[in-house]
Amino acid sequence: MGIEHVSGKNKGTIMLYALSTCGWCNKTKELLREIGVEFDYVYVDLIEGKEQDDAMNTVERFNPSGSFPTLVINNKKSIVGFKEQEIREVFR
Amino acid sequence: MTLIEIKPEDVVATYHILQKEATEGGYRMNPDAEFTKNLVSGLMKNEQRYGYRACPCRLASGKNELDLDIICPCDYRDPDLNDFGACYCALYVSDEIANGRKAVAPVPERRPPRAERGNLAVKQTFSLSSSPVAALAFPVWRCKVCGYLCARDQPPGICPICKVTKERFERFM
Ligand code: SF4
Repeated sequence: MGIEHVSGKNKGTIMLYALSTCGWCNKTKELLREIGVEFDYVYVDLIEGKEQDDAMNTVERFNPSGSFPTLVINNKKSIVGFKEQEIREVFR
Repeated sequence: MTLIEIKPEDVVATYHILQKEATEGGYRMNPDAEFTKNLVSGLMKNEQRYGYRACPCRLASGKNELDLDIICPCDYRDPDLNDFGACYCALYVSDEIANGRKAVAPVPERRPPRAERGNLAVKQTFSLSSSPVAALAFPVWRCKVCGYLCARDQPPGICPICKVTKERFERFM
C-alpha cells in the first residue's frame, strides 16, 4: 500500500500523512472528502523500511513532533491534528 | 505490510472488556461507540502485527522496548486526561466528556519526538537518591501509567488499577 489518490476540486497539492488505525486521521480524511478537494494520502504504518523513513522525515520537517494526522498543503503549510475549523477555512 | 482485518464481533467483545476494566479502575471510555470501536479495532490490529497493543494514533516501531511508553494505556494518558479531558486518541475521556457535557477536542502530542526519546525502558521518572527514606523493609514500585504504588520485592505482573504489565513499573523508593 502506498500513496492513494482522492479526486476532487484542485486546491493545490494536498498530502495527508495518516495512520490506518487512528481515529483523528480517519476523521481528517473524511472531512477532506466532504469538502471535496483533491488530495493524496498515505498510511505511514502500512509502508515499510526506507519508504516509511522518508515519509517520517517529511512529516517531521513540517511537524517536529512527528505526530498524525499531518496535512501538508503545497509543500509549505501544515495542519497537525484534526483541526476541523482550520481545515475548512483553508479550503474555503 | 498486509492489511489485517478484525472480526466485528471480536472488536465488540474487546470493547466490552476494556470498558469494564476502565470503569473498575475509575476511568471512562469515549461515549462515541463507533469512534471508540474503531480505536479498539486499531489496538487489536497492532496487537496482531506488533505483538502488543501499541497506541492506534502513534507510529509504533515494532520493538517492544522502544514502544513501551505507548502501549495502551500509554504513559501519557493520565496527564492528558488532566490537562485536556481526553487521552491523545480520545479513547479515554473525562467524566464531563463521557457525560456529554463537553465535546472532545484534539490533544497535542505529549510524547517526545523520535530524536529525543532515548531508551524509555530504562528511564526513571524519579531520582532514588533524593528519597527521604533511608532503609525500607521493601522497595516501593510505581506504575508509570496510573501512579499506583506498592511495597514488595518485585512489582506485580499486572497493575491492579490500570492493567498494564510489570515492565511499566519503576522503582519509586
Ligand atoms: S490511552 Fe494512550 S495508547 Fe491508549 S488509546 Fe489513549 S492515547 Fe492511545
